[in-house]
Amino acid sequence: MDAIILQVLNGLDKGSAYALIALGLTLIFGTLGVVNFAHGALFMLGAFCAVTLNELLRFSTETVDPSRTDFLGNPLKVKTPYVENWFGPDIGGAMIEWSVPLAIIFSIPVMIAVGIAMERGLIKFFYKRPHADQILVTFGLAIVLQEIIKYFFGANPIPTPAPDAFIGSFDFGALVGMQAGSIIYPYWRLVYFAFAALIIGGGFLFLQYTTFGMVVRAGMADRETVGLLGINIDKRFTIMFALAACVAGLAGVMYAPINSPNYHMGMDFLVLSFVVVVVGGMGSLPGAVAAGFLLGILESFASMSQVVNLLPGINQIIIYLVAIIILLIRPRGLLGRKGVMEG
Amino acid sequence: MLGLNKRDTLLFAIVIAITLLAPIILNPFPVASDLAQFNAGYPDLMQRFVIFGIFAIGFNILFGLTGYLSFGHAAFLGVGSYAGVWMMKLLTMNVVPAIIVSVIFAGLFSLLVGFISLRRSGIYFSILTLAFAQMSFSLAYSVLTPITNGETGLQLSLNDPRILGVSQTADGSIPMTNFFGIAMRDGFELSMGGWLFTFNAGYYLCAAILLIAFYVSIRIFRSPFGVMLKAVKSNQQRMLYTGLNPRPYTLAAFVISGMYAGLAGGLMVAMDPLAGAERMQWTASGEVVLMTILGGTGTLIGPILGSGVIKYFENIFSKINDNILHDWFAFLPDGLEDFVVAIVYPFVGKGWHLTLGIVFMLVVIFLPGGIVEGGQRIAGLFKRKPPEDKNKTAAASAPSAAE
Repeated sequence: MDAIILQVLNGLDKGSAYALIALGLTLIFGTLGVVNFAHGALFMLGAFCAVTLNELLRFSTETVDPSRTDFLGNPLKVKTPYVENWFGPDIGGAMIEWSVPLAIIFSIPVMIAVGIAMERGLIKFFYKRPHADQILVTFGLAIVLQEIIKYFFGANPIPTPAPDAFIGSFDFGALVGMQAGSIIYPYWRLVYFAFAALIIGGGFLFLQYTTFGMVVRAGMADRETVGLLGINIDKRFTIMFALAACVAGLAGVMYAPINSPNYHMGMDFLVLSFVVVVVGGMGSLPGAVAAGFLLGILESFASMSQVVNLLPGINQIIIYLVAIIILLIRPRGLLGRKGVMEG
Repeated sequence: MLGLNKRDTLLFAIVIAITLLAPIILNPFPVASDLAQFNAGYPDLMQRFVIFGIFAIGFNILFGLTGYLSFGHAAFLGVGSYAGVWMMKLLTMNVVPAIIVSVIFAGLFSLLVGFISLRRSGIYFSILTLAFAQMSFSLAYSVLTPITNGETGLQLSLNDPRILGVSQTADGSIPMTNFFGIAMRDGFELSMGGWLFTFNAGYYLCAAILLIAFYVSIRIFRSPFGVMLKAVKSNQQRMLYTGLNPRPYTLAAFVISGMYAGLAGGLMVAMDPLAGAERMQWTASGEVVLMTILGGTGTLIGPILGSGVIKYFENIFSKINDNILHDWFAFLPDGLEDFVVAIVYPFVGKGWHLTLGIVFMLVVIFLPGGIVEGGQRIAGLFKRKPPEDKNKTAAASAPSAAE
């Protein structure tokens, strides 16, 4: 029993990341009809927003403290981050410590700007071209974004710690009345799951209960008619693209403490996210979210030692295997609508 | 000649001439000169030009003719490589059986993958092939370690049970790959004036196979089978209405291109007998897509050009470091020199992938026909025709762009 709960919990954080990226991919596909291979790169950009903010906050002045000496007897050089000078050591120190959550605020405008620039500058010209061309040009863009990040930040993963308050694990077993220490789960992963749930819930509420969301949904169903009604649907779709980029970016920001960001993390997630989208059903938002969590949990179950002993290697391929089976028996995916890209 | 029309014969003759004279053409600069680093005429790189050329030609048979974009072709190359190394471990160091077995195994594997993947088209096909390739990659890394030797990669060792041949040579080293006694590493160097040309046996074996592969691809393009494949690309619905089932044709194209990939994998092993799982990763599949698009999808010569350009960039461009840049721009005043170097530096050396990505994007956006279309457009600029002929040339160049 506890093993099952543990695997479900383990699956949740990866599943959250898959669900968030897949949600953005589906939004872009559903609104603009574009297959965006650069979406993983947006996830990576988000993670590097966290890295950048962390490094900016740590920007320090060096002062010589004559009252203390280092082990050679020279006066000790003390590095003080500028933020500690400006806001005092308490607030400044807290800002550095909480840099990852702060990066959420920092990354939203950045990702929206990136999203708008991408849509207006590049994707716009590819609506009428075949899907293969869209895949290829966004694939090229992903390479370019990756290489730019690699140029500035190097090829090595950059550890970006979570706030101290969330470091460590909590005892889930004791909470639900089981033996203490049987289910241990890191705090930050729980935060990640809660954050993902918040974003996903917020996204659905936004689409379901605002006028803007209603227009976007109408546009997804029938773009031309909405256009004929005198609504500038292109502008709204551009905003949706920016929001989708933003969701991917936020997923990346919060993922930074779980997995130290490196320049090719986006590509690793992209391949899986595409599989998730296809399993969930191209163009179906609930499908993308459900499939994200489902595959995340399946993956963690498959890596249990009992399962691996039974079927060696299954943990490596389970997602692809599920995708192949789903595509063959139910081509439109779990929750795909009829007639959308059934190919 | 050889069942080719005049145009194709000319093209084939040019390709023959270029591949046979490549050691000379690719070494235009004397050894001692500053520009010698741009020489690409060393055996290792020339072999790679040719091997990836074969890979891209095969990929083009699938993508160029049928329009099915596979993101998993590297898996077939990897399977071919592993099969080739095993052949060398178990049977003989002669490369011929290794290459043949590579092609057969890659063909069988692509038959399996193709049979399943081709039930879907468009983006679903791309994702399915990608999923299969990633699965093979993960399995090769983990569970199949007894066959693939996991992360280390499969290599020859001193106690391989080689049936036709010796486990180790008299002086206790691993025997070299050979073609009926001609070692792949053999060759002779020709020194003329300041120039040094290397004629390598392995390269000429690869070149000969490239020429055969290229000839087969021309014949496929011009055959009724090739026309069927083009029909698959342009309109499957109509094909069905005329009573033709597109599936067997597409599957045949998929298997043929998988066998080309296996051939490339076998040749890689023949030149350098080791195989690693990273050859199957999806970035490797992406590379062959880049080559084909860059050169010109659906053209005969495009894939070879594309693979040549990318491999040249990868090996030559990536060697340029900031010292070399400072040398080049030394004629500028100091401040300006640093400025120019700072601007150019991100695009060369380790950053050559950035250049590749940008060039690739520009090609997809502005020049969907790749280098070949670019060449045709430039040629079109110089061909001055009377105004009334213009429509005619436009009509004539359209089919040739699609060939």
